[in-house]
Amino acid sequence: MNLAFRGVVDDGRPRLPGSLHVNRRLDRWLRFDAQGFVTISPGKVELGQGILTALAQIGAEELDVALARIRVQPAATPDSPDEAVTSGSLSIQESGMALRHACADARRIFRSVVAQRSGVSLDDIVVRDGEFCAPDGRVLGSYWSMADAGLLAVEASPEAKPKPAAERRVAGTSAPRRDLPDKVFGAPRFVHDLRLPGMLHARLVRPSSRGAVLTALDQGALPGGATVLRDGNFVAVVAAEEHHAEQAAERVARRARWEERDTLPHESALEDWLRSAPRETSVVTERSAGTPQAAHRVEQRFLRPFLAHGSIGPSCAVARWDGATLEVWTHSQGIYNLRTDLAKTLRLPPENIVVHHAEGAGCYGHNGADDVALDAALVARAHPGTPIRLMWSRAEELGWSPFSPAMLVEIEAEADAQGTLLAWRHQVTSNGHSGRPGRGALPTLLSASMIADGFEVPLSINPPLAGGGGAQRNAVPPYRVPALHVGMHTLQAMPIRASALRGLGALVNVWAIESVMDDIAARAGEDPLAHRLRHLDDARARDVLARAARMAGWETRAKREGHGFGLAVSRYKGTGAWCAAVAEVECAERVFCRRLWLAADVGEPINPDGIANQVEGGAIQATSMCLLEAVRHDTRTITSDAWERYPILRFPEVPEVAVELIARPEAPPLGAGECSLGPTIAAIANAIADALGVRVRHWPFTPENIAKAT
Amino acid sequence: MPVGFVLNGAPVAPEIEAEAPLLAALRGPLGLSGPRFGCGTEQCGACAVLLDGAPAFACTLPVSAAAGRQVETVEGLGTPEAPHPLQAAFLDLQAGQCGYCLSGILMAAAALLRRVPQPSDAEIKAALAPHLCRCGSHNRIIRAVRRAADAMAPA
Repeated sequence: MNLAFRGVVDDGRPRLPGSLHVNRRLDRWLRFDAQGFVTISPGKVELGQGILTALAQIGAEELDVALARIRVQPAATPDSPDEAVTSGSLSIQESGMALRHACADARRIFRSVVAQRSGVSLDDIVVRDGEFCAPDGRVLGSYWSMADAGLLAVEASPEAKPKPAAERRVAGTSAPRRDLPDKVFGAPRFVHDLRLPGMLHARLVRPSSRGAVLTALDQGALPGGATVLRDGNFVAVVAAEEHHAEQAAERVARRARWEERDTLPHESALEDWLRSAPRETSVVTERSAGTPQAAHRVEQRFLRPFLAHGSIGPSCAVARWDGATLEVWTHSQGIYNLRTDLAKTLRLPPENIVVHHAEGAGCYGHNGADDVALDAALVARAHPGTPIRLMWSRAEELGWSPFSPAMLVEIEAEADAQGTLLAWRHQVTSNGHSGRPGRGALPTLLSASMIADGFEVPLSINPPLAGGGGAQRNAVPPYRVPALHVGMHTLQAMPIRASALRGLGALVNVWAIESVMDDIAARAGEDPLAHRLRHLDDARARDVLARAARMAGWETRAKREGHGFGLAVSRYKGTGAWCAAVAEVECAERVFCRRLWLAADVGEPINPDGIANQVEGGAIQATSMCLLEAVRHDTRTITSDAWERYPILRFPEVPEVAVELIARPEAPPLGAGECSLGPTIAAIANAIADALGVRVRHWPFTPENIAKAT
Repeated sequence: MPVGFVLNGAPVAPEIEAEAPLLAALRGPLGLSGPRFGCGTEQCGACAVLLDGAPAFACTLPVSAAAGRQVETVEGLGTPEAPHPLQAAFLDLQAGQCGYCLSGILMAAAALLRRVPQPSDAEIKAALAPHLCRCGSHNRIIRAVRRAADAMAPA
């Protein structure tokens, strides 16, 4: 999604790992100070996934310094390396491998300078917590004593050699999260907590429905002396006190008159809309083979509505305009990409915009973080010199953030009498899954389309599969099949703004593929585990599947009335982490997922506890999504703009979860954040089929939707 | 005339209207960051504080309702130097991801442990049912509450 997405190919320069290839200077990544600290400067950002802790471990390891000496600089333009977007489970691959190499190179450079200066042979010098020591124990120098020598003002050398796996002492341990103490003690940590001198609070008054045009705005007194800012259909209120801004927004909303029109497909007609909207059709992959007459043929379609990210904290940003320069504090996943679209929208040179990352609530993909940064900037531009903090309402977060687009997947599969696959056809229909800023000619930020001198909303795209794909992510089945066709219809109309949500198209594709695999196994009278194992050529996929099955006691599972077991496996994006899930569900007045067993293989585990936390978190979120969640809409408005109308899983219904990692310290590390969602959803669907004998084809898996399948 | 109440053991009288939400007083003139805005409609629990020891939604509760009463926030629970057993357990078990929900959850858990020193898992889940966590840290959080209960049990 990131480097691959930007098409980094052979550019003639020696290949450097991850983002180091395109940000080659060492001093962009790390610096030492005389006080005994190292500051590393990744371009990836903390989203609550614990990435900064893992990156600090990688740095400490390669530098041979104590973990406590590592400080991590939050990303900011223009000094941080441009690592595009923190997404796609790529931060360890892109940022981690860049830092591993950069820190190994820094260690190599310092060590060779110490050798030269001291006359002690390079090979005899060991590094102990940042000090370079001779065999007799003499300290010859340290990172700290040479901090100002300018040794890192060079491009990284391809010759640096990070430590072999057997020598690692810090990377591979479950170091505690660096950000968690602030969050447990209530210390200011989030962008929401930023308080600048003289700061004013702003709130928005959004249109009464999608595409509505403001026709009148009645004047009148507002609480706390709040003022109104209008620019086309963009309406904001500003006040010194936050609650006055909130009250003022409610009052102004009642004074605004909007001309509405129908712009949305109705939620009850999603499948018709997906089948009839203008589209661009492409072939994802294809191979033909002469196959014998099929004994079993399964034809299924799977429909999923739009989904919301559902961040617990509404999107928030702080902005300050001084007449020439705009400064923005944001929880965006891509500070440079955001800067690009702010520059386009505000018609400013990018150099006049400084974007600082500050943590927000978990976003799980492209939520309102970038949009609210523009909103704050628009208000700040009207208040030169005054910092503006703008926070969305809950209704905006659930009603106006980008959504994961509705999807339709149709599969036709053929097998012989034993259930061995012969042919597979997979067709996915969806909007684009990426509407992130900074990538196209037009800005993708929400309010760019609302201001008077604004921009059309550009269509979101499905990046090529080599860059991770979007709707077609994981559409290619991992199973051996002679004849295969995977096709994609990308819709060319986007009435509901669509963008990336954790897992993108993988959630629906894996659900569909694993459902059909179970159906074929059932037709052939074969156990779902055995059926998969003999169709998988990928040994690591077989390993996670066998492990999850063993954890769950798959072979000896007992059949209980109303209960069902299901399993599923997937390698995220076909290039990322492997994960298998077994689910136990109870089908009562509705479906409850009671237990989940997950096995994952992320290659080298940098922080095993952090990985387990991500794998389990993804599985619980996926359980919530598939059992409960759907964006609700009529032909004008998103109606699920409050938690009552967009319920998510609460504590009493959360399944028990067991996670095991298959550690492969010698293998390249892979991101862990998204690998468990697809398999979890598919395992739950298969468990429902096991319990009820019904194949669920409509999301969410509610009694009403399960009934549609019979 | 500002409304007076006791915040984390100290008397306060923030300069804010009596009908303003308590959350606005806590995050505004009182300068706290622990109680957070999540929904404004008592649906997510991110704003939860204790009012005379019982969980309350600070996003909808007017400041006037706190008059003369005890208000506790996560800042009053413990400090990095002297953490409450719940805070220590949440750190030990790394019970959180983004952490936005944790202030409210910690307060609800603190109220539970005062009322039920050795709660069952079902009681913990019921006490935390008003709180949303989107990251999926629920099971770690439940285990951390249990661990804190054990740590607080008389030997």
